[in-house]
Amino acid sequence: MFTTGDLKIKSRVDQVGIEERAASLSKRSIKKETKKAGIKLAISMIDLTTLEGKDSAGKVEAMCQKAIRPLDPSTELRVNDDIPSVAAVCVYPNMVSIAKKALAGTNIKVASVATGFPSGLTPLPIKIEETKRVVDMGAHEVDMVIDRGAFLSGEHKKVFDEIVKIKEACGPAHLKVILETGELETYDNVRMASWLAMTAGADFIKTSTGKAAVNATLPVTLVMLETIRDYWYETGRMVGMKPAGGIRTSKQALQYLVLVKETLGDAWLSNKWFRFGASTLTNDLLMQLVKESTGRYQSLDYFTID
Amino acid sequence: MQKRSEILKTYKLFIGGQFPRSESGHYFQVFSPKTKKPVANVARGSRKDLRDAVTAARKALPSWSAKTAYNRGQILYRMAEVLENRKEELIVEMVKMTGCLHKKAEKEVTTCIDRLVWYAGWADKYQQIFGTVNPVAAPYFNFTLPEPVGVVGIIVSDEWPLVPLVSKLAPALVAGNTLVLIASEKYPLSAITFAEIIATSDVPAGVVNILTGIKKEMIGHLAKHMDVNSINYTGSDVSVLKMLQEEGSANVKRVIAHDYPKGEEWLNNAKAQSPYWIHSFVEMKTTWHPIGI
Repeated sequence: MFTTGDLKIKSRVDQVGIEERAASLSKRSIKKETKKAGIKLAISMIDLTTLEGKDSAGKVEAMCQKAIRPLDPSTELRVNDDIPSVAAVCVYPNMVSIAKKALAGTNIKVASVATGFPSGLTPLPIKIEETKRVVDMGAHEVDMVIDRGAFLSGEHKKVFDEIVKIKEACGPAHLKVILETGELETYDNVRMASWLAMTAGADFIKTSTGKAAVNATLPVTLVMLETIRDYWYETGRMVGMKPAGGIRTSKQALQYLVLVKETLGDAWLSNKWFRFGASTLTNDLLMQLVKESTGRYQSLDYFTID
Repeated sequence: MQKRSEILKTYKLFIGGQFPRSESGHYFQVFSPKTKKPVANVARGSRKDLRDAVTAARKALPSWSAKTAYNRGQILYRMAEVLENRKEELIVEMVKMTGCLHKKAEKEVTTCIDRLVWYAGWADKYQQIFGTVNPVAAPYFNFTLPEPVGVVGIIVSDEWPLVPLVSKLAPALVAGNTLVLIASEKYPLSAITFAEIIATSDVPAGVVNILTGIKKEMIGHLAKHMDVNSINYTGSDVSVLKMLQEEGSANVKRVIAHDYPKGEEWLNNAKAQSPYWIHSFVEMKTTWHPIGI
């Protein structure tokens, strides 16, 4: 059982150390075949996301086609390489059934945000109901947000209990808990919130909604990965990680993969345990992959807009 | 007293409104033809610098091409004003770099100033010269107008320090394109000093990017780049032309090559400036607009 006492012990982060380690790990030079393999791995880890007020059925359907087959077939011929599908699509609750239909017969998961995304400031019964609905509609994964206001005012128990309730409501669906690290102010808070979410039953912890001023960063991700590692040492349970928001280039994606490899090892290097929440990243990964194969720098003119 | 040693300036690249050193860290030296001593260190642009320049140009394209023709004209004129103000600096630098007479350098710089003003005047006029209303045997209003090609790569001639660069830059810029210029390998200093003028003349960041270095290390990658819409080459090297056309075919680049002007012709307004040079940097778009329905 969780107590606030637990948290205090487990929330010490060396800010300078974390930032230096994240910076030094991001300097690795990854080239040629390794780069290609890394890019393909990154594509297979993407949660292709659209979370805008103007989302329409047509946009979600088009995005699902891209999720299945990221590269336009005519380009694929030139690349002569197997391009994997992405891991999942991530949409608003009203788009779940549309995504579900568009992805029928594939292994691509449907993830839905829930619990009053992006603020998480709705009453708990409504959050629970929303979660149940999206699971009923067929979502394989639920991306919930924590109530940051409660967390920052010290009501850790409230946040913990909400996660437990939502996890129950999820049933068989996987639960990703969004900490919105950009609003948590300190690394200590990030570590505490990560530990709290994992203890409460999160299958994944996720950095951001993509709606805050600051989204995923390498140091924050490193703090969360180390917390996952420590949690695994203590309980033997593996928890997944999903940085989201602001990851737009292949170079960044590879840097995140290096962090995972160096912190958690190969066991986490698959889309079962690591995901990127992104949309524009996909095209940059594809452009880099085609560039590696053809030797020509690419233009967005030749890649689909998702 | 100890003799003061002269500080040699490092001429850096001009990419996205900034003056970075080459990503590669490489540089080369320009020597005075008279004293045989180095005049300056110059950044030696690499493949990745070229990539960065194209990215910057692409990013700058939508806002530059959407500016009014009048505003583009104003900005070109502003470049001329600032150049006029700083012409002595350029003249002295040219004399140092080429060993030519002050008078010759002055003639080149004033030609450049006048040429910028001349093209600034064309900003809101070339559309009227090249645009047409076309007679068609159907109920349509049919018209053709020039539009910018997009990101244009310009391989600058080595014949003069500044005038070939300005003579190509001005028409390409006034037409609403964003540019990646590969400066003269022989006379790179004037190009970068001119970049400092561009940077202080209301030209938005990324609209003009200038790379110095060894031409043959960069032009292949420029020709291959899928995000470059057109390449402009002045010269008659058949192997270069062949390479540009072969590599450019992948994204159907518009390769514009001329073997003129040559030598003194660059200073001759009848030979080295023309609205048709603007025409080299546009695409024509025809619109069929239904009428009478």
